[in-house]
Amino acid sequence: MKQKRKKIDYSKWGYIFILPFFASFFIFSLIPLIDTIRYSFYEYYRSGLKEIGPNFIGMANYAELLKSDMLKYAGNTLILWLIGFLPQIVIALLLASWFVDARLKIRGQQFFKVVIYLPNLIMASAFAMLFFTLFSNKGPINSILLSMGVTQNPIDFMGSVFGTRTLVGVMNFLMWFGNTTIMLMAAIMGISPDIFEASEIDGCNSMQRFFRITLPLIRPILAYTLITSIIGGLQMFDVPQILTNGQGSPDRTSTTLIMFLNNHLKSKNYGMAGALSVYLFIVSGILCFIVYRITNDEDPDGSKAAARKNKKGRR
Amino acid sequence: MKKKLLSAVLVSAMLAGTLAGCGSGGGVNSTPTDNGGSADTGSDVSADGGASEAAQTDEGQVINIYSFNDELRNRITAVYSAIENTSDDGTVSTLNDGTEIHWIINPNQDGVYQDKLDEALNGQASASADDKVDIFAAELDYIVKYTDADINVAMPLESLGINPDTDLADQFDFTKTVASDQNGVQRASTWQACPGVLVYRRDIAKEVFGTDDPEEIGKKTKDWDVMKETAEELKAAGYYTFSSYADTFRLYNNSMADAWVSPGETTIKVDQKIIDWVTDSKEWKDAGYFDPAVKGQWNSDWFTAMSSSAKVFAFLFPAWGIDTQMVPNWDGEAGAWAVTNAPLSYNWGGTFVLAAEGTDNPSHVKDIILALTADTDNLTMISKEYADFTNAKSVMQAAAADDSFASDFLGGQNPYVYFTPGADSIKMAPLSAYDQGCVELVQNAFGDYLQDQIDYNKAKENFETAIRERYPEITQIQWPE
Repeated sequence: MKQKRKKIDYSKWGYIFILPFFASFFIFSLIPLIDTIRYSFYEYYRSGLKEIGPNFIGMANYAELLKSDMLKYAGNTLILWLIGFLPQIVIALLLASWFVDARLKIRGQQFFKVVIYLPNLIMASAFAMLFFTLFSNKGPINSILLSMGVTQNPIDFMGSVFGTRTLVGVMNFLMWFGNTTIMLMAAIMGISPDIFEASEIDGCNSMQRFFRITLPLIRPILAYTLITSIIGGLQMFDVPQILTNGQGSPDRTSTTLIMFLNNHLKSKNYGMAGALSVYLFIVSGILCFIVYRITNDEDPDGSKAAARKNKKGRR
Repeated sequence: MKKKLLSAVLVSAMLAGTLAGCGSGGGVNSTPTDNGGSADTGSDVSADGGASEAAQTDEGQVINIYSFNDELRNRITAVYSAIENTSDDGTVSTLNDGTEIHWIINPNQDGVYQDKLDEALNGQASASADDKVDIFAAELDYIVKYTDADINVAMPLESLGINPDTDLADQFDFTKTVASDQNGVQRASTWQACPGVLVYRRDIAKEVFGTDDPEEIGKKTKDWDVMKETAEELKAAGYYTFSSYADTFRLYNNSMADAWVSPGETTIKVDQKIIDWVTDSKEWKDAGYFDPAVKGQWNSDWFTAMSSSAKVFAFLFPAWGIDTQMVPNWDGEAGAWAVTNAPLSYNWGGTFVLAAEGTDNPSHVKDIILALTADTDNLTMISKEYADFTNAKSVMQAAAADDSFASDFLGGQNPYVYFTPGADSIKMAPLSAYDQGCVELVQNAFGDYLQDQIDYNKAKENFETAIRERYPEITQIQWPE
């Protein structure tokens, strides 16, 4: 008996310290979250100042959404994300491997690291506003092009599908490539220098080193970047919203899913918006699960898998 | 394994939290409208209103005024003599009896103003006396939402002690009609009327037509057919008639025969006039009468079109447009513009003042509304000082004949010569609570068509999609044959 009492239990302090987070999470996130899901089964909106509902209508909101253009907007979101992400990952990889390459000895590294990260510090809406002004029909870019004689008439950048989507993509690229570069640099620096030295002694050129050593070893971080970027891309809103004045013009081709959601909230349509949120939740949940599986890899260097394969082969 | 499961659940819940916060955070704290309750308070207040003078000492200490820009504050501080001073940041004014006016200003853009106002009006019954909305502003595009007798958020003027037939007899009739609910009870009042005119560049007129005399130019802009010939002449000289198709929209929209949505129905009827706007605009755009670089209004391209470097001959504006849009955007010398009659008489906009049901300051509210919208001296002063077209028939008729109302910006021309007859001939298109969305969305959808991005049927489809998103209760959209 005496022996047991002597054992001091500190675990209650742990619970006390995490309590504030769970309390605020419960009040500000979990309850609204459950409400959102609950309202998605209701007809609940405002017409002028009149409130309609909430009336329980089952899965009608979900069915209605499937019949609407939701998939088209999902496609828009994906395209807008891809236009930004592809150059972003390529440039980030390139910059990251240059920056950490001991042989290149780039001067002013710190300076460049700050500079490439800077665009991320500007508010996205301010950035979009800036681009909107720069690329408007009578804006500075058109003035420059006209005075250089590149075109005879001002180019209507935001009047064409290609132009608008490219602008959105370029903005996302500029805002996020610095962030990705720094993340990938951390990943590359985590690779043991021994491996690089050994490869050099074996006569590896820089291309081989990049594709055979760097890329495979930063694969988990790359996957993480990819998935977080997709989730961020799913929530793309402020840049296209501001750039197209909330219209997603032309022809709704730059309307993203969250802009679609926002359109429903103009009439306080909590039912429909809730259903759309649940769809987004499911998609993000799946993506989260994937990233969870990748980052919690029990077999990071592939030795276990190799052993299994070996075993199989022997059989 | 358990730990893993737990952390997976936490990660996904957190992610969902961010998504939910983005989408529907407002869902939790919306309060249901209590129709029964507001009807009760309504009768209470009307009893109070009758004895407003006697009740003066019982009134609240704070008058809350909701507005969407500082125009209303500037006008009220200019005319309401009880105001002693206003704080530097413009949020609080003090009256000589110690009562404070709190100015609550939210921008119109993206429905921010209406969101905040609706939230406040919904909580009106339970708000403490000093937090109650007392006066709020509404634009013509959405006034019907607030004057609705069933919703009853705006007090009938009569229960404040204002008799519209005698006190507001000098107001233009159409402003009284649109300020009334479905039973004809006036619930709002305005100090301005917004008859539109055509504002043109004198230098371009001289170059192309050999004269800048408003009367001569007026003959060239008197109706759409003549206007088209004029446009052809301007085009030959290298000028654009208007900046874009959005500029002419109000003329068509204002001559609609029926409301977008008839009372009690859930069908949007697109008027033939709107289709006329689309077909005419297409014709004009293809003919090169519009500046191809300008898309819509309220953007930098549009503002640039008002500057001296632009090649745009004319804009269609009411009085407020000249004062608030053209003057700040014109970079040349004053006196370069002049006004004349537009091809159609029309009305564009107007800020209405409404007394909120449940106000705790009925006598101050009454005084403010009367001082701002019924006092002839004040209205004359507003017209002179701010070049606003005020809502007083006698004053405006006198102004049309009085050269002291001449404007430097218009080269010494007296614009009331054209405003006043315009105001007399305005017939307002019937309004509905859906006007703001319809006007905005139809221009967006057909804007793509006019810029050759999509075909006509696709534009119709896009309009229908957008309308159903904005107004879920709309069941049908009818197009004219």
